[in-house]
Amino acid sequence: MVGIVSYGSYVPYRRLKRNVIAQFLGVAASKGERAVASFDEDSVSMAVEALRDALRGSLSPDVHALLFATTTPPYAEKLNAAIVGAAAQLPAEIRAADLTGSIRAGLSALLQAADAVNGGASRAAVAIADCRQAAPEGKAEQSNGDGAAAFIIGSHGVIAEIEASVSLTHEFLDTWRAPGERFPHTWEERFALTQVYTPLLVNVIRGLLAKGNVAVSELAKVVIDAPNPRAVDEAVRALKLDPARLADPFAATIGQTGAAHAGVMLASILPAAKPGDRILIAAGGDGADGLLLRVTPAAANFRPRHSVGGMIESKGDVSYANYLKWREILPTEPPRRPDPERPAGPPMFRSERWKFGLVGSRCTACGTPQLPPQRVCVKCRMRDRMEAYAFADRSARIATFALDRLAYSLNPPTVNVVVDFEGGGRFLCEMTDCEPDQIGIGDEIEMTFRRLFTADGVHNYFWKARPKR
Amino acid sequence: MASKGIKDRVAIIGMGCTRFGEHWDKNVDDLLIDAAYEAYESAGVNPDDVDAYWLGTMGSFSGLTLSTPLKISYRPVSRVENFCATGSESLRQACYAVASGAYDMAMAIGVEKLKDSGYSGLVIPEPPNDGTLGSITPPAAFSLLAPAYFNKYGIDAEKGKDVLSRIAWKNHRNGAKNPKAQFQKEVPIEVIKNSPKVADPLGIMDCSGVSDGSAAAIVVRAEDAHKYRNDPIYIKALSFIAGPGEGPMSPEYDFTSFPEVVASAKDAYAQAGIKNPREEISMAEVHDCFTPTELVLYEDMGFSPRGTAWRDVMEGFFELEGKLPVNPDGGLKSFGHPIGASGLRMMYEMWLQLRGEAGPRQIDNPKVGLTHNLGGVPGRCVSFVSVVGRSLG
Repeated sequence: MVGIVSYGSYVPYRRLKRNVIAQFLGVAASKGERAVASFDEDSVSMAVEALRDALRGSLSPDVHALLFATTTPPYAEKLNAAIVGAAAQLPAEIRAADLTGSIRAGLSALLQAADAVNGGASRAAVAIADCRQAAPEGKAEQSNGDGAAAFIIGSHGVIAEIEASVSLTHEFLDTWRAPGERFPHTWEERFALTQVYTPLLVNVIRGLLAKGNVAVSELAKVVIDAPNPRAVDEAVRALKLDPARLADPFAATIGQTGAAHAGVMLASILPAAKPGDRILIAAGGDGADGLLLRVTPAAANFRPRHSVGGMIESKGDVSYANYLKWREILPTEPPRRPDPERPAGPPMFRSERWKFGLVGSRCTACGTPQLPPQRVCVKCRMRDRMEAYAFADRSARIATFALDRLAYSLNPPTVNVVVDFEGGGRFLCEMTDCEPDQIGIGDEIEMTFRRLFTADGVHNYFWKARPKR
Repeated sequence: MASKGIKDRVAIIGMGCTRFGEHWDKNVDDLLIDAAYEAYESAGVNPDDVDAYWLGTMGSFSGLTLSTPLKISYRPVSRVENFCATGSESLRQACYAVASGAYDMAMAIGVEKLKDSGYSGLVIPEPPNDGTLGSITPPAAFSLLAPAYFNKYGIDAEKGKDVLSRIAWKNHRNGAKNPKAQFQKEVPIEVIKNSPKVADPLGIMDCSGVSDGSAAAIVVRAEDAHKYRNDPIYIKALSFIAGPGEGPMSPEYDFTSFPEVVASAKDAYAQAGIKNPREEISMAEVHDCFTPTELVLYEDMGFSPRGTAWRDVMEGFFELEGKLPVNPDGGLKSFGHPIGASGLRMMYEMWLQLRGEAGPRQIDNPKVGLTHNLGGVPGRCVSFVSVVGRSLG
């Protein structure tokens, strides 16, 4: 039996209200709000958050493949999955690949992970995230959202078995973006709606029902995502699917999260799924992928670390002006401070576990955890008695903090916190996703993987604190 | 501690100091030449009389920075760097060199040209690194002291702001009496309190000045000092301490003290034979890079018992007319802070005050002075403390 053994999801903290966009630009507003990746987030950092969720703090995950799916990879050349794997502290002995090209890449990655497990890998990890940009005044600016999902596929401890899958691929012009272009182009909608996506989704879903020998009425939940949401409506009508059994597409709360969206929707319904439930998932994008799941008894004991619903509730507004600055759509006056230096290759190579995994050290002589990792103990001064000690999943509290209005930031003031970890260890770092006037000494925080800045095309990833979500 | 010191074995026989501030018309060479020649003339010696040089500077490398503009005739010049305590470090090296007998006369000189960078605040160059060092600016790092101190001693935010503003007000008031200070103007306390925030609760008026400047000292062995002048000043103690950087790593550290300062003050007092600094020190120049730094230093240096310095501040204890004037020349706050020169600028005020040459800010009959210079951030820093006096013994 091959299927999902664990899953996680991530919705960034910031929300942009659609009427705020509309008021500024003088265009019509859609309902609700959309999730916005912060200035220090991208598809890699959000994928890391979701994957850490799915790995549940496991320090030696038995994972042999990692697939990172996105339409917005931070690097066009350089393996983005390698960063995701390093941050999640996956072992070096894994096959890793980036999947991109269309928002279907998320489900494609999930199916490839299943193939890897069928081919002998004990477990395969799938991390899917997107941070899509859209031109101001366009529909997509309002309907898009940012987010991530992650799944661990395996053959033991399966909570949702993959019973069947169907994939269709077609060449047609609907959404495209050439290298170097910032915003995607879209063809006139009626063409893809009537000629491509509606029939594609119908065919994929019919194929799954036939393969799984299951009737529409037997489906407990249905997840459908497509570049054009009207294609979902058309397919639902054509197949006579019960609208009550459709998973919430979070149009009013998150927005369409690109390649991650079917995954986010699936992660949102799995916590309530009962053993025996059949779940159908289909996603379009230059074709369509679909799979049929059967929930196992093991699902009854599984609770995600963060629920999609919980992360929808955990939020703070971003102004449209800040959104434009964060996405570098609105250029601003540079600070009278030097540009940050790019991080250097050899030092990053030497400190990979620290920089990407937030792995410090613990003195085996006196037991003191410390970060960054040390050779001579900060407490007992013994030399070279250290063992690796992971801090990423430990909670911590604010010992003191400073608001820095001099440091350049896309979201000033920069908040610096001194945090003390439960079990020992102190660290001074930046705090993100917070309201500066609401920070207090003693507040509980958790660590989050972020992109601090980009210099000379090098994205500098490291860890920050954020209020516990 | 095996820090034996060189009490009364070395004397300063001449000093020079440029005005600190915005020297748009002078480069590093000009500043060095001005300070060095003022020192030569002050000591009544020729450039060739100086056997060795220690140059303190952050912004340029090697002894050639000094030997080339001064056309030093084939003498040793060492460039030293120790964060914001660089100027003091160059003085320490020069003093130990003459005390050892290796040289008869040495010059310590510090210089910095900060205003040419075009950036606001101090820019510290970093070696290639892994990008995890963090980007906290100096005001934010030092601002950590304020809430920690106020919280520990039950001082509310408003009272705390009053205390910090009073320190800045005092230093500007002193600097107004100093023709070499960067800012020679008293600043009303309300202006200080309401200055734009840089790192809460610190405003721009809680920060020291970014400046250009240079200062120099010529030292000889004490027994030779009277060959040059009858009013030299004597080195009683020179302590330099680098900490293990525990603060950012140890939950025990509470941001209300600099352990490095405590250690260097203790060492310096032992070298100088000082038992009660609050009573025995006539005046002090301390490293007031930001107002809460000066507040915490009063206690680390033993000028005020723990938890009481804020009271001494409000009672005027450290003002020019007070019992222990601190930063009579205006301090980093008002005199300015060209990194490599600051430690020697502090000594320059001792030089003037102990010899009765401080003009309108002259302290009545000072006998023993202290300079304190700090580099780094709370929890991870280097600290220098010197004690100097106008007579032997």
